[in-house]
Amino acid sequence: MKFAEHEPGALETRLRQMRDSDRKILVPYITGGLTGWIDAIRGAAANGADAIEIGIPFSDPVMDGPIIQMASERALRDGATPISILHELRGVDVSIPLIVMCYYNTVYRAGHTRFANSLREAGVVAAIVPDLPLEESAHWCESADSSGIETVMLAAPTAPDERLPRVVDRARGFVYAVGLLGVTGERTELATTAVAMATRLKKITDMPVLVGVGVSNAAQAQQACVVADGVIQGASVVRRLLDEGADSVAQYVGEVRAAIDSPVSSNR
Amino acid sequence: MNPKQAPRELLTPGADGRFGEFGGRFVPETLVPACEELESAFNEAWSDSLFRTELDDLLREYAGRPSILTECHNLGAQLGIRLILKREDLNHTGSHKINSVLGQALLAKRMGKKRIIAETGAGQHGVASATAAALLGLECKVYMGAVDIERQSLNVFRMKLLGAKVEAANSGSRTLKDAVNEAMRDWVASVETSYYCIGSVMGPHPYPFMVRQFQSVIGKEARKQFQEMCDGSDPNIVVACVGGGSNAMGIFSGFVDADTRLVGVEPAGGAAVGRGTPGVVHGMKSYLMQDEYGQVQEAHSISAGLDYPGVGPEHSYLASVGRAEYPSVNDQEVIEGFKLLARAEGIIPALECAHAVAWIAKEAPKIQGQTVLMNLSGRGDKDVAQMMTILGDSLS
Repeated sequence: MKFAEHEPGALETRLRQMRDSDRKILVPYITGGLTGWIDAIRGAAANGADAIEIGIPFSDPVMDGPIIQMASERALRDGATPISILHELRGVDVSIPLIVMCYYNTVYRAGHTRFANSLREAGVVAAIVPDLPLEESAHWCESADSSGIETVMLAAPTAPDERLPRVVDRARGFVYAVGLLGVTGERTELATTAVAMATRLKKITDMPVLVGVGVSNAAQAQQACVVADGVIQGASVVRRLLDEGADSVAQYVGEVRAAIDSPVSSNR
Repeated sequence: MNPKQAPRELLTPGADGRFGEFGGRFVPETLVPACEELESAFNEAWSDSLFRTELDDLLREYAGRPSILTECHNLGAQLGIRLILKREDLNHTGSHKINSVLGQALLAKRMGKKRIIAETGAGQHGVASATAAALLGLECKVYMGAVDIERQSLNVFRMKLLGAKVEAANSGSRTLKDAVNEAMRDWVASVETSYYCIGSVMGPHPYPFMVRQFQSVIGKEARKQFQEMCDGSDPNIVVACVGGGSNAMGIFSGFVDADTRLVGVEPAGGAAVGRGTPGVVHGMKSYLMQDEYGQVQEAHSISAGLDYPGVGPEHSYLASVGRAEYPSVNDQEVIEGFKLLARAEGIIPALECAHAVAWIAKEAPKIQGQTVLMNLSGRGDKDVAQMMTILGDSLS
């Protein structure tokens, strides 16, 4: 295992503290601009979320399955823009860290430095850019680093062993372990790759490792947390917001919180 | 930049996959190892004489290469130019798409993949992919926008007949751009067993480079054939239609170092180079029709094959250095071009190629007496039903 060489930022410091005090980390994902999204953030924060990932909707979300695609289309149709979403975020009175997820063209079009600064001004501490792999990330990371935005890197099951340490080295905040081969969306079972990926990463880094993509309910979150330091849940949260509204998100986050707070019994 | 001073060589992108500032590899982390694997597999295969011989044999004995040149004496006289067509429409499956698909399907087999995924707009690349899959014993899934399935039902049936599964893309504009999204999502999930057979000079590195290399057979043949036909000279102008841009890159590649004007004709409703700005989508940095926030705009073209808001990165490069030009024509001009070639020469072009015809007809007064080589990249059979609806009783 390798100790991170960078100075941890606000998000990473906070997540490390949780990890070190045996609190499993829960990060719900919410599509920005969707009806009720601000209330969903508040509800999630009040019910045990440790950070929130806010998706800036994009016209061509290739890493996303049907639920988040539908949410993105709906938010865009309702007029959501990166500017309107960041503007609304400024007024959100929650004390947990806010992370933005956006596709790279949103960043590129705005300009790296301008975008990084606009995140910081909106109170966002970190960014996830799922179509910006390590080799293409240098320019953005430079701007993000100097604006104090932590860039979370994704680590995928397809990465050979020699690649993972390089991805982890560039990660800030936490390492996002991609739980399966595929796009975001709910699955009936937790893929075996989820725990395998967390195990591979925990062996090589002391940064917090969170599993996302395909962690679809409280039981699966609990299973992933046997090895991982926490989970990110997207489609299962967004589906509730789409179908039932913000209260349903709050309730669901509470359920997942309770599940990951009680360890899986060893005789199962 | 003065076209006379523009670079005259074909670029081979380095490890960063760039043509100038364009190209690259903007894909989810899951796909990075697959792109790297493909890059080395292609480079190995391309320098392996056995692979090249196998491909050449297939192109000759199966696809029907070399494709011929046809001089359009009637239309040439009518327009006051010398007009010669490179007849990619006569290839097996009716377009240039087969050139790249045979190469990619052979490569897929060489890499041990059992399944290929493809996206298609007009259905030409889908049909070519289904054909190669049938020939080489591969499973084939083709993603096609729901709108395109509607307007190209004949090609949908062809693909099914060839044993491919056709899946409708129902998101966004439900055309080619969304078919690419769906194909990429499939690939993210199936990357260990599936090969993504991209239909144009687009996508993440090495696709734009690799597909150009496979399509460069058009330009190589055409240069030689043209010189034989025209006393060793090169054409004044080479013209091709541009959606993603593979047929254009194929023929341009043979003439980049010649003293020849290169013209890529875009549809007015999908003019990525003409009306776009640099952006990143589908794994590449290139010119893109997008709004101020980087949302990709929907293209609108009469031809499903050009209904794409982006363009291959090498075209963006050629445009940025002034080596090629990218005018556009509107749907009405395209319909006229479609009729023009049919009436004057007895050749019904694909609606995509009718864009090139339309530009030539429009430009004719300015290029009197010049020699023009046009890539006729596909035949119009697939478009006849659509044109019947549009033209109806207007034909007499």
